[in-house]
This record gives sequence, structure tokens and C-alpha cells, in this order.
Amino acid sequence: MGDESKKTLSKIPLLKTKAGPRDKELWPQRLKEEYISLIQYVQNNKKTDNDWFKLESNKEGTRWFGKCWFIHNLLKYEFDIEFDIPVTFPVTAPEIAIPELDGKTAKMYRGGKICLSDHFKPLWGKNVPKFGIAHAMALGLGPWLAVEVPDLIEKGVIKYKEKEQS
Amino acid sequence: MSSILNVAEEETSSNDSNTESSSNDNVSYIPHKLVHSDQCYSRLMALKRMGIVNNYEKIRKLCITIVGIGGVGSVAAEMLVRCGIGKIILFDYDQVEWSNMNRLFYQPRHIGLSKVEAAGLTLSSINPDVIIETHHMDITKVETYEFFLDSLETSGLTFGHPVDMVLSCVDNFEARMAINSACNEKNITWFESGVAENAVSGHIQMIVPGKTACFACAPPLMVSAGIDEKSIKKEGVCAASLPTTMGIISGFLVQNALKKLLQFGKVSDYLGYMALTDFFPTMTLKPNPFCQDNYCKIRQDEYKLNEKQQPPDNCEPAPSEDSVVHDDNTWGITLVSESEPEKSHEQDLSLPTGINREFTVDSLPCNEDEEVSVGEETLEDLQCKMKAL
Repeated sequence: MGDESKKTLSKIPLLKTKAGPRDKELWPQRLKEEYISLIQYVQNNKKTDNDWFKLESNKEGTRWFGKCWFIHNLLKYEFDIEFDIPVTFPVTAPEIAIPELDGKTAKMYRGGKICLSDHFKPLWGKNVPKFGIAHAMALGLGPWLAVEVPDLIEKGVIKYKEKEQS
Repeated sequence: MSSILNVAEEETSSNDSNTESSSNDNVSYIPHKLVHSDQCYSRLMALKRMGIVNNYEKIRKLCITIVGIGGVGSVAAEMLVRCGIGKIILFDYDQVEWSNMNRLFYQPRHIGLSKVEAAGLTLSSINPDVIIETHHMDITKVETYEFFLDSLETSGLTFGHPVDMVLSCVDNFEARMAINSACNEKNITWFESGVAENAVSGHIQMIVPGKTACFACAPPLMVSAGIDEKSIKKEGVCAASLPTTMGIISGFLVQNALKKLLQFGKVSDYLGYMALTDFFPTMTLKPNPFCQDNYCKIRQDEYKLNEKQQPPDNCEPAPSEDSVVHDDNTWGITLVSESEPEKSHEQDLSLPTGINREFTVDSLPCNEDEEVSVGEETLEDLQCKMKAL
């Protein structure tokens, strides 16, 4: 991880409540922390002109969906993203998926779940319950896009679409 | 063959294909009517005559749940069905793909079917005596986990009784943790199994809630490849697999499950397999008194109480001297930089050669101003704010 990424990471607020969606009492508290941490992260990104995703969840906060985008050679490539909060969260990280890329790259598990680096899961495991969805985005999806998208564009697997430029 | 596919197509039309089939219902799945006879079990019953297994027929009364029926789980299921198990319950959310064809069990004609359907059809045609129940679902999701819990508690061979054992044949940490918490809660013995993504090492681990370490007691173990890990290139690929390694792990898994359930031989609490060097480390793992899983701690207290009240059980192997106690291995709360990954692969001296922790947990204090501070805003306020960003 470069110094810049470390700085980005250190500015994402850490979470306090160790609760998953089955903890009826504590989950709403955890969910609030997740939102505060995510809002802060998105605001930081906007400030540094590096806004790269939009996320929202169902009312219960168990299912998340949105978009992420990646700029390559001045063109914007946009993808739908989704994930569920597993029953074992936050001990296990959410598995972020880009369903439209399923089957287009070997760096993916079924359903379009991104294949995370060897570093991600140990790092998450060491930081339970402090890491949340914002950290999964910054440490999981962000680096995946940076490595895979240029490669997929080069291979012609991903093509630029005009209407994506929203 | 076409009749099998027709049956399968009808089943795929329902989204949630929970098919419960008794031996009688399964006749229609069988392409050629089998002449069933006691000959099917003659070589198995010989185990009894030879004095290897004293109560082999007990297998007809057992029910095993298998979660994940890919390269390991499907082969394990076939072994149990051929052994004449009373009932098996299969959970999987995946479907059969071309990339699965380097493994055993599934065939090209199954491609496109859900794994549970394809397995249900094949298994019931191999041995119609076995009750096969299949569930096409991902147990890590909030909506399905409760169903899984309920199934463990009530779907044994006799309705309302728990299943006798769970075999985890999944390929990811999330599902293993879900099985772990469910088995701790319902107090069910289970075996964890795994094959490394480099395809040349694997392991099985028996978890008796409260007695042996649960999957959450310490960071996961990994069996080393037996070569310089840095020489393994992972560019452009996620996972490799070999039918040999998977078949070997399936064999170890079912062998130890049978030994445990039919009480013969010595059951390995943990058995590793390093394919490149043909090295098989074994060990016993004791539970962590500070385990993060509350049900694990409850089971530990129950086990201790039980142990005091009962004389030592001679059938069970005594824990070996190099037992590992993870008192100091509380799951951590520490922000550790990604730039120190080497540390995670350091040899833990309390573990046998070739087995390491996937990561270590160091407890460093955390700076409070790095933490999120929750104000007056309601969840709805925050959700709106996020949407408006």
C-alpha cells in the first residue's frame, strides 16, 4: 500500500460496535456507524476530487447496491455493484460483487464476487470490528478496479459506452 | 439419460428447489430399474465380521448435512451414499459449470443445473435406499441462515431430531464461519475441510463444540504448500484445483466422519496434507476460553462440567502432548498496516511444521479520535444523507 492510500485509509472513521444483522438490539447502532463512516469517506473522496462510488442499502441495511466508476484514458467506465451483509459480519467482510463482469475475468468468483488480494482478508481479520463497509470499498474494491479494469479494457472485454457518461 | 434431464428441467422451474425425496419417490429418477439386494452392503457388513467396525448397521440410522457440494462435498456425498447412510441433506447455491469438469462427480450433461439438483439425481440413482434432501441456497444470508439453523435442529432421520453431523465442504471463510456459529449454537459436531487455492495442500478439522477449538477460536490455519510461497504466482488467476487433492481430502473427511460416528479407530482432530512432499501433519486444538463466539464459550462451560461429572471416556483418544492452547489469541482490535504481511506467515512454534496461522493478532491500543462518533441523527437521516451525496 502506498503512502497516499494509507493516508486515505487513516481518514476513514473506525467502527466500534461488534454486531451483525442477527443482533436485533445492536445492529441498528452498527448500521449507523457504517453510514457515518461511509459518508465521511465519500466526503473525503469528493474533497480530493476522487469520488468513485455511490452506495445505498435496503431499510434493514442487509443488502447494499450502487455504482462504482473508474476513469481510464479520460473515459469513465461505470459498473453496478451489490453485496449482502453476511450473518457472520463483521467477523467476515462483505463480498462485493460486480455481476455484469461475471465470467469475463478469472479474478472473480461465481456471481461476480471480486477475488480479493491475499492481504485483504487477514487485514480485515485483524481489524474486527473496526473495519466496516467503507474499508471494504477502499481496501477491496478500489484496488481491484485499479488492477483489473485497465487490463479488461486492454483485452477488449470491457468497451466504453457513450451513455455511461452521466 | 434424457429422462433424467427432463426431471431436472421440471425442477429448475421452481426457484427454491427444496426437494425432499424418500426412496420410493426416487424410482422415477432411475434410468434402469435397479435390482436391489443385500449384496449392495455385503462388503460393508464384512467390516463387522472382521471386527473393524462393531456396529456398521448403525449407519442406516444416521443423518449428515453437507454444506457445499463442489469438488470435495460431492465426492464425500457419493461416498456416504455408497456406504448406505440413512439420510443426507445437501446445501449449495451454485450451479454446475464447465470449469468444474476437472473434478470428480459432475458430468458435462449436468452443466447448467444447480449442483444440488445434479447431485440429488446422481446420488439417488446410485443408492435409492438413502433419503436425500436438497436445498438450493446460500446459508450466509440473513434470510436463509435461520432455515439452516432450523434444519440442523429438526431434520435428522427422525423428524424433530437434530442431524448427527455436518460436513463443511465450502470454499470460503464466510460460509465456514456461518457453519461454525450454527453448529456452536445447535451443539452439533462438524468437520471443516479445505483445499488450498494452489491445489497442492488441504486439511480436515473436527470441531466438537466446547471440546475442540471452534473455527472462530483463533485465526484460520493454513497448510503450507511445502515450497517457497513467494514462488507461487497469482497474476490473472483466482484459484487452481486438482481432482486428486480434492479426492484425497474427501476421503480423509468421510473416513474420519465414519470413525467418529461409528466409533472405530482414532479420529484426527486436525489432519493436513501437503501434496508436494506427501507430508501429513496432525494435531489437537483446544478451544480458546476467550473465543468471540458466545455459544462456543457456553459449550466450553458445559463440556467442563460434563467432564467433571463423568469418568474419562476411554474410546476417545487422549489429547497429544503438543496440544495448543490459544489463551493469547483473542481476535484482535488492532489496526495493522498492510505493508507487514510477512509477519502473518511467521511460523507459530506451537503448531506442527507446515501449519501456520493465516494471520496473527496483535493487541495494540487504538486512538479514540480515529473512531466514528455517533450523534443525534437517526438511521433514516443518515440513509437520506448518504443518498443525497
